[in-house]
Amino acid sequence: MSTLTESNVPVPASAPIVKPTAQIRSWKIPITFGGFSVLSLILFVLFGRGQRGELSTFRLSEARDLIQLPEVALPTFATGVFVAIVLVLLAAASAWLVYRHRKIPIVLTILFALLFLVGFLAWAASGSTIPVPGLLIGTVTLSAPLIFGALGGVMSERAGVVNVAIEAQLLAGAFSSAVVASATGNPYLGLLAAMVAGALVSMVLAAFALKYLVDQVIVGVVLNVLVIGLTSFLYSQVLAPSANLNSPDVFPRLNIPLLSEIPIIGPVLFRQTIIVYVMYVAVAVVYFGLFRTKWGLRVRAVGEHPQAADTVGINVNRTRFVAVTLGGVISGFGGAYFTLGAVGAFNKEMTNGMGFIALAAVIFGQWHPIKATLAALLFGFATNLQNVLGIIGSPVPSEFMLMLPYVVTIFAVAGFVGRSRAPAADGKPYIK
Amino acid sequence: MSDLTAPAAPAPAAPASGPAQTDGSERWNQTLRDITGGSAMISILAVVFALVVGAILIAFTNERVQETSGYFFSRPADLLQAVGDAVAGAYSALFQGAIYNFRANGFLTAIRPLTETLTFATPLIAAGLGVGLAFRVGMFNIGGRGQMLIAAGAAGYVAFAIELPAGIHLIVAVLAGLLGGAIWGGIVGLLKARTGAHEVIVTIMLNFVALYLIQFLLRTPGALQAPGSNNPKTPPMLSTAVFPDLFGPRYNLHAGFLTVIAATIFVWWLLSRSNLGFQFRAVGQNPSAARVAGINVKNVYMYAMAISGALVGLAGINQVLGTVTTGFGAGIDAGIGFDAITVALLGRSKPWGIFAAGILFGAFKAGGFAMQAAEGVPIDIVVVVQALIVLFIAAPPLVRAMFRLPTPGTTKKPKIRPVKVRKTNEVVAK
Repeated sequence: MSTLTESNVPVPASAPIVKPTAQIRSWKIPITFGGFSVLSLILFVLFGRGQRGELSTFRLSEARDLIQLPEVALPTFATGVFVAIVLVLLAAASAWLVYRHRKIPIVLTILFALLFLVGFLAWAASGSTIPVPGLLIGTVTLSAPLIFGALGGVMSERAGVVNVAIEAQLLAGAFSSAVVASATGNPYLGLLAAMVAGALVSMVLAAFALKYLVDQVIVGVVLNVLVIGLTSFLYSQVLAPSANLNSPDVFPRLNIPLLSEIPIIGPVLFRQTIIVYVMYVAVAVVYFGLFRTKWGLRVRAVGEHPQAADTVGINVNRTRFVAVTLGGVISGFGGAYFTLGAVGAFNKEMTNGMGFIALAAVIFGQWHPIKATLAALLFGFATNLQNVLGIIGSPVPSEFMLMLPYVVTIFAVAGFVGRSRAPAADGKPYIK
Repeated sequence: MSDLTAPAAPAPAAPASGPAQTDGSERWNQTLRDITGGSAMISILAVVFALVVGAILIAFTNERVQETSGYFFSRPADLLQAVGDAVAGAYSALFQGAIYNFRANGFLTAIRPLTETLTFATPLIAAGLGVGLAFRVGMFNIGGRGQMLIAAGAAGYVAFAIELPAGIHLIVAVLAGLLGGAIWGGIVGLLKARTGAHEVIVTIMLNFVALYLIQFLLRTPGALQAPGSNNPKTPPMLSTAVFPDLFGPRYNLHAGFLTVIAATIFVWWLLSRSNLGFQFRAVGQNPSAARVAGINVKNVYMYAMAISGALVGLAGINQVLGTVTTGFGAGIDAGIGFDAITVALLGRSKPWGIFAAGILFGAFKAGGFAMQAAEGVPIDIVVVVQALIVLFIAAPPLVRAMFRLPTPGTTKKPKIRPVKVRKTNEVVAK
């Protein structure tokens, strides 16, 4: 978290420094671990045998890779039993740590999640092969709009303006990028149009929230409806009859020389479209801008304590307006992914609730650009995992696979980030 | 976000007391100012302005208008004629599809659109009440879709799979649906109360969980799928569990509308006459103060979300037992869970306000379909108009600024003061 949010109250030098010692034992993590351990025992051990095969194969390289890695074949049942036992031990260890009032290291959580994932993949892929690079490439691609949307949301909410209108910004970006790219024949102009459209939507949000003091959640919800209605109406009336306004060129995948030949990482990160490359830059820029620049400090200040910021001479509403607009630029750019990065044409309501998932990523990621990006990647991974398992044939019904990311998110929100807090002045207009 | 409150009512009109009002003309001015500055005027102006924007959109995208604008300078009247035709045609179709069809023979046929409006309004009001109730407790229930689906699944299963005597069957099916919605909403309240999980995330996630759960059940024989069919669709509801038609088979309006009226009265009673409702409103205003006052805030969250879920579930029940009784698929919610948010906002989270807002949106929906069929104007224009109405109503200062209306509470020369409107209370009370 930022330095602003920590409560390091400076004490006079003479006073003895007393660190707060009150500790609250939270059993959330052990309980969550326990739940997943039981699940793994049931899935991997009880139902581990009698699957379609004995071996689960992981393919680590694609055929066109320069450096070929060998395929890894794991015995399904043995892997499942091993993973289940280790997971139970980890859950027990976390319970012991909590019992002894110790902090559970984040490494433990990451280890737990990775092991569960390996066990699950091994179980689900029994008798067939999982293309690991394909799984991860799709993850990055599918996460792109979520990450852009989440970054836009983080920008806006850090400045103290709740942004429920991410969906609207994505959709506006998708629509205008398709129209402009088709009309001009230049997809880069389409990207520009997407940014302008996103900025316009968020300017409406900012104007209503900051000038007319309307409840920000209301404006956000209404903007979503408005943009859905507007783009659907224009699609039916203008785009559908004349196809030449809705056939933009799709950006090709660009291989970055050398980097794209690194095993696994290369194909995943460096054989993507320009939109994804801009995404890497955007994550870094938003993080740097918010946490390492004077401007970012001001943005966070007006989001946490606008009175204090005003006292030291920061123009609260102007700072908020700029931050919200920039957030809209980022989200709108992400909208171009739908038309110029993936489908190649605009469709009614084509963002399909992605903006709300991005909002969930913002909250799940504790209003931090990097954490929100990771949360968005998790959603992208889960969606793509379902796609991949659908192809190789998964032992569980596909609906439950599709459900999994959302269930995991509920668990995670209930278990791990339940205490996450929004910027203090989020959603509150500042009236002098 | 966590402490969003129900949309604040606009600043009340200035009290009619005070020594200044001895002069008759001044009192008249004051009254006029109250009417033009009050919220009723704002609502009407918002509707008018939204319809104007809609008209502009309709005109701009009309083919005939585009044609005539090509030779505007030689024959400008053609363009105006085309604009008039397009807009008048669309809006008269909208009106005739929503309220009264002048072209029909006989009153009984002509009034049919009005009953259609009420039919469309039924689930909107129910779901709007649910979302509005959550707003009053300071929570944002975007989970209407999931709650509707689960309620529809539960009510639908009882309605087609279990045979019971007429009357009892309908009641059991409705109760099953209410329970389903209450459970799906209650999970959210439980998680928020016990773990602090943000209700916006949990409701969004539960929407997807419910959707996939229902999709799975719809293709599983023995669950919701119709026997002997491969389609993801349920069998038709048994006649004993279907809401009876209110005015005979000529009209689609069914007894579900009565349940919605009952629900509106219930919510009004709950919020303004009951102990629990007082706690709801207290928590919605200020959870910390409510906690200090001895209210169990965690329980309030749970009860509020369960009741909210049940009310939204009533919308799903109305869909499967009233509107679409021939079996349903996973699209039975028809986006009502999201429309309900705008209905609740337009109704300012007050029961009878939501009732009126639901009927208005029902009229737009019924008329929108008629407009699409008659004039070829996509029904999406209705969505735009609805969103604009809510946007303008939510921002009284903006409407006042646009139409140069006086700010209520200012007794001097009308002055546009878009900001600080919430402070007028204090100004008045000085």
